[in-house]
Amino acid sequence: MTVSSPPVKLEKPPQNYLNWAFGIKSWLLTTDHKRIAILYLITVTLFFALGGLAASLVRFELITPQGDLMSADNYNKSFTLHGMLMVFFFLIPGIPAVMGNFLIPLMIGAKDLAFPRLNLASWYVFMVGGLFTMTVIVVGGVDTGWTFYTPYSSTYSNGAVILAALGIFAAGFASIFTAINFVVTIHKMRAPGLTWFRLPLFVWAHYATSIIILLGTPVLAITILMVGIERMFKIGIFDPALGGDPLLFQHLFWFYSHPAVYIMVLPSMGVISELITAFTRRRIFGYKAIALSSLAIALLGFLVWGHHMFVSGQSVYAGLVFSAITFMVAIPSAIKVFNWTATLFKGTISFTTPMLYALGFIGLFTIGGLTGLFLGAAAVDVHVTDTYFVVAHFHYVMVGATIMAYMGAIHFWWPKITGKLYNEGWGISSAIIIFVGFNLTFMPQFIMGYLGMPRRYYAYPDEFQIYHIASSAGAAILAFGYVLPLFYLLYSLFFGPKAGDNPWNAKGLEWTTASPPPHENFEETPIVTEEAYAYPVPQKAEVTSGA
Amino acid sequence: MENFSFFPEQASTMATQIDAIYFVLVGLSVIFAVGIAVAVIVFGIRYRKSTSVDRSNPLHESMKLEFAWSFIPFLMAMGIFTWSAFVYYNINTPPTDAVEIYVVGKQWMWQIQHPLGKAELNELHVPINQPVKLIMSSQDVIHSFFVPAFRVKQDVLPGRYTTLWFEATKVGEYHLFCAEYCGTEHSKMTGKVIAMEPQDYQNWLSGGGGGESMVEAGARLFQDNGCASCHIDGEGGRGPNLHGIFGTEVALEGGGTAVVDEAYLRESIYEPGAKVVAGYAPIMPSYQGSISEGGVLQLVAYIKSLSEGQ
Repeated sequence: MTVSSPPVKLEKPPQNYLNWAFGIKSWLLTTDHKRIAILYLITVTLFFALGGLAASLVRFELITPQGDLMSADNYNKSFTLHGMLMVFFFLIPGIPAVMGNFLIPLMIGAKDLAFPRLNLASWYVFMVGGLFTMTVIVVGGVDTGWTFYTPYSSTYSNGAVILAALGIFAAGFASIFTAINFVVTIHKMRAPGLTWFRLPLFVWAHYATSIIILLGTPVLAITILMVGIERMFKIGIFDPALGGDPLLFQHLFWFYSHPAVYIMVLPSMGVISELITAFTRRRIFGYKAIALSSLAIALLGFLVWGHHMFVSGQSVYAGLVFSAITFMVAIPSAIKVFNWTATLFKGTISFTTPMLYALGFIGLFTIGGLTGLFLGAAAVDVHVTDTYFVVAHFHYVMVGATIMAYMGAIHFWWPKITGKLYNEGWGISSAIIIFVGFNLTFMPQFIMGYLGMPRRYYAYPDEFQIYHIASSAGAAILAFGYVLPLFYLLYSLFFGPKAGDNPWNAKGLEWTTASPPPHENFEETPIVTEEAYAYPVPQKAEVTSGA
Repeated sequence: MENFSFFPEQASTMATQIDAIYFVLVGLSVIFAVGIAVAVIVFGIRYRKSTSVDRSNPLHESMKLEFAWSFIPFLMAMGIFTWSAFVYYNINTPPTDAVEIYVVGKQWMWQIQHPLGKAELNELHVPINQPVKLIMSSQDVIHSFFVPAFRVKQDVLPGRYTTLWFEATKVGEYHLFCAEYCGTEHSKMTGKVIAMEPQDYQNWLSGGGGGESMVEAGARLFQDNGCASCHIDGEGGRGPNLHGIFGTEVALEGGGTAVVDEAYLRESIYEPGAKVVAGYAPIMPSYQGSISEGGVLQLVAYIKSLSEGQ
């Protein structure tokens, strides 16, 4: 039997951003927003892993009421490192610098961001910040908590406060660079026909986020600088022993750090709008309400910082004003949740991995948002502030919501980014494991918080142990859920089937170009003639089976 | 683990007020969360890809709906806000007839002084059915005085006085926690609050180890530090006469006025040049470092006593 071997195909794969140039230099000196997004993806994943490791140490220690696994100092350093890495090196840059960087030019039909070199500079500045933070670990850690409250941080702490402050300072500038880029790009580089109200909501959300970053981050930078100045030169700013005011720090810190919560959560809301429309195959309900509520959140979010300080000694009347505005800022968030839910009505819904993450987001964000009202009610806050109730609340918002959206985004755009499909079964499993693990970890913390368990305690009274055990068990499941995607996503990179340009059959300019996209994104500049999410509308009285 | 519970003990008048708001919030949250969950599940099943149902005329926007689901939650939110605002105001407004007890927080302990001289460490004895007001300061970093069973918490700051009040309703021992992270042994900065029948409290106060009262200790400090050589009881002293001065408003050198309260007295001991009473030269030295926060509290108690019955 003669075997006629099929002719070996030597067809060159089409040019894309990944095979456009090779070698380490082509990555480290790239100005392609897609490659910079990949650089960010790799680095924030590393920081997330480190931050997660620190969290594991904390949860291990808390299994027993006595402090036994490590010293009190090391415990304090662990939760500080966990908070610093997760907030400044994962949650804040996560969605904007990775997904926003990759997608905004694609979504608006541009070749790149407005300032490609500034974009690369942002990553380098971010890495410098990361380097400072890694040095902190090497020289013995820092124990102030991620909040750096004075005068503890400026006078009493023995840790590497200055290095940690420099790390955050640098990371802040990285996000300022990214935000400048987004604002200019969204204003000036939209494709012909792409009016503001035709923009995908992902872009609106990033626009609102960028405004918060630009207005808020400089304040953080200055505040951190002042802590450093007081610590090094003993110039009294915050320490009353030097003539300073300790509450001044809290005002300045939360003036940035409360809006920072919206820096973390607005981009996730943008992601969710994209995922829900793609998997219900219909236009989003209340486009304008969702778009404008992002701006409302961005503005109101700057006027609520004092709700972190209801028991700090600030004036009662100031507390009442902050409490009222806090209740108001809940409304635009609620509007979004209602609109997403309404979008499901008469949709054609498929429960893919990204969709499960999106629905998980709605669940966790709703719980996070509602428990925020408990903290906004000044009287209840007096009891629950600085307890595990707060810890649970902000993890529901920052982790439950933001990481669900981040994971959803990674899965949804993975075929676009890599050109490969991952295994749907594994994807669905990971989404379910993370959702279950997350709730098991943080739901018990609400109960023990109301019981009075203070946060940042290394040892605690026996009666809280059962809740800590439940929480640590949940954390183990959660950790497994986070590690799982690493394997099947990496596997798909090498062995996954080709994705094709638009595997989800979704709307949006990014799906009209190749996967992975070519170096300059589009063969020719697209012209936009329709609304966002213009999925075919079922005709009058027609009964469609979506299959 | 023997004390396993879902809900903390209610042992103060404040506890019931705060818990009421808490339960209403829990109720509203459950209604909203379950409502959204049910909507997501029902829509998810009914409109799943594989079913044939009427999907015609999907709505894309509705001002009426947007208005309804903004305005109704807004009204609810403002209702809760108003209710909580009254309770919060109450939490921050101690009754005038409260028993005053002085608290100093320092890394990592609570020093407590009762007006009649009894001092204790990491324990606070209080009478029930009687408002108690704590006047607190910190010797170093920020701490926070937290008694979960009373639902009260107040940060304790260096360089100023904060107050916290409660009225215990049940005899018992309750956790006292430091709730603001304050360094290495933060989680050891705990203690207990022991609520007693008023008669037992009186007995405890007059029990052994009392020593001199706060006023007596303050008077001694006043003598030992030579304060009386300038602050004489009468006209013509180099410093203002302190008799009857507490609670009054004094004119300041260079314009303006100040109310003589705990914070002003403390500032005038540690930083005498900051607010000099009009007509006096800024000649008083600072006692920062030589008189502790606890000592200042005793001096304040003494100076307050000079204004009683006037």
